[in-house]
Amino acid sequence: MLKVAYFPGCSLSSTAKEYDVATRLVCEDLEIELVDIPEWVCCGATTAHITSELTAAVLPAKSLIWAEKHNLPITSPCSACFSRLKMGQLNLKNNPALKKEVEEVTGETFEAKAEVLHLTRVLLEKYGLENIQAKVKKQLKGLKIASYYGCLMTRPPEVSENDRVENPMLMDKMVSALGAEPVKWAYKTECCGAAFSLTKTEIVRKLSADILKDAKACGADVIMVACPLCHSNLDARQPEISKLLKTNLDLPVLYFTQVLGLALGYEYMDLMLNKHFIDPKPLLKAKGIL
Amino acid sequence: MKYELQLKNIKEGFRKDVERLSKQKISNCYQCGKCSAGCPVAYAMDYPPSMAMRMIQLGMHDQLMSANTSWFCVSCETCTTRCPREIDIAKVMDTLKIMAQAGKYKMSDNEIPIFDWIFLKSIELTGKIYELGMIGAYNVLSLNPFKDVFPMGVKMILKGKISFIPHMIYNPFELIKNIRMFRKIKKKDRERIYEKNA
Repeated sequence: MLKVAYFPGCSLSSTAKEYDVATRLVCEDLEIELVDIPEWVCCGATTAHITSELTAAVLPAKSLIWAEKHNLPITSPCSACFSRLKMGQLNLKNNPALKKEVEEVTGETFEAKAEVLHLTRVLLEKYGLENIQAKVKKQLKGLKIASYYGCLMTRPPEVSENDRVENPMLMDKMVSALGAEPVKWAYKTECCGAAFSLTKTEIVRKLSADILKDAKACGADVIMVACPLCHSNLDARQPEISKLLKTNLDLPVLYFTQVLGLALGYEYMDLMLNKHFIDPKPLLKAKGIL
Repeated sequence: MKYELQLKNIKEGFRKDVERLSKQKISNCYQCGKCSAGCPVAYAMDYPPSMAMRMIQLGMHDQLMSANTSWFCVSCETCTTRCPREIDIAKVMDTLKIMAQAGKYKMSDNEIPIFDWIFLKSIELTGKIYELGMIGAYNVLSLNPFKDVFPMGVKMILKGKISFIPHMIYNPFELIKNIRMFRKIKKKDRERIYEKNA
């Protein structure tokens, strides 16, 4: 049985509750044990690393140390948390002076050796796509899914451990394995402007509009994401963007564990699909998935 | 922008400060422009990333630190990934912001420093992010109290996506430990930023 330390991140207990619920449901179904880290601290997200190098190192280190002590790999479903954890781990490994400072602040000694993986890699690589395929109850026939990777789970390559930085395929492979149709599109790794969601909203609207427009033009029915920040920009801001573009985009944005959950036979409410601003129900009904 | 390139005009100290704090060799940049070509926010910047690199090489801190360039960096890491000279450009942008926020230079942006301060304060006091408090505080301090309230904010609350109760570290001992930890970090940071060049 696969056992991993689970770092949900702040968004997953509020704006992305449905991602947490779907993730736990799918992992239980697949018999992957998610071990909650007690009293975890926020990873620092987009702000710590532009304010102080030490804060950016200490915040993820607390969870990394816990995972190391329990000899578990650590995973996060949020791309930003994953990136901060992994980047933190690399910095601690490559910079002994920084590690010493972190040890002084946290009062704990450690080796910085816990493996950090994004949730997509735990499910699709560690657990394995073939094993998932064996459990699929409902083929998602006829659904055209554009996989959106965004920045932080792809770049830089040292963090993502993927040499296909410009054209990652991991989630696209999952889409094919579930019987759906992966969409070839140009904006799968472009930035949605996550860090500026509240501060420089006009930039977020422009960047997210470009992504949504391209997905629509390439014939996508839904966009699949693996990050709560990407989701809130593409989904919750979509009505504003539609108004800005003077079209009705009506492009549901689903988390990858929700798509996986649908294929494993779970229902609309189990996966909290009602939480999205753009309701995927009419589309999924039309495709015969719900 | 007029700049006379003379040896006596080049202020090495700025470049050395940025190189020490970011641990990146900025003198390696040969101005290919790949970072600026891939940057999703270059269109909104006063100077695109490659130009910022050149300005650091030439020690033009007055011009660079009063520009919006580093504040508009969204940390998407495209420049870092593509740089043929293996400079972590996103980290250099981070470093410029760290230097400004530590009080070394005047801050040329209002929104992001306020947001950062609230965000990190939330982590310091609760261990996690309290969304409603953070958004409310940000809107008030940035003098735009009704930003995103209608219809997005209201819809988020109705959908139960933003809760009124903060989710935080509930163990008081852990919480005190967390606050103490932040105090230690602040002290160390001050020492580091103002450390003299060797």
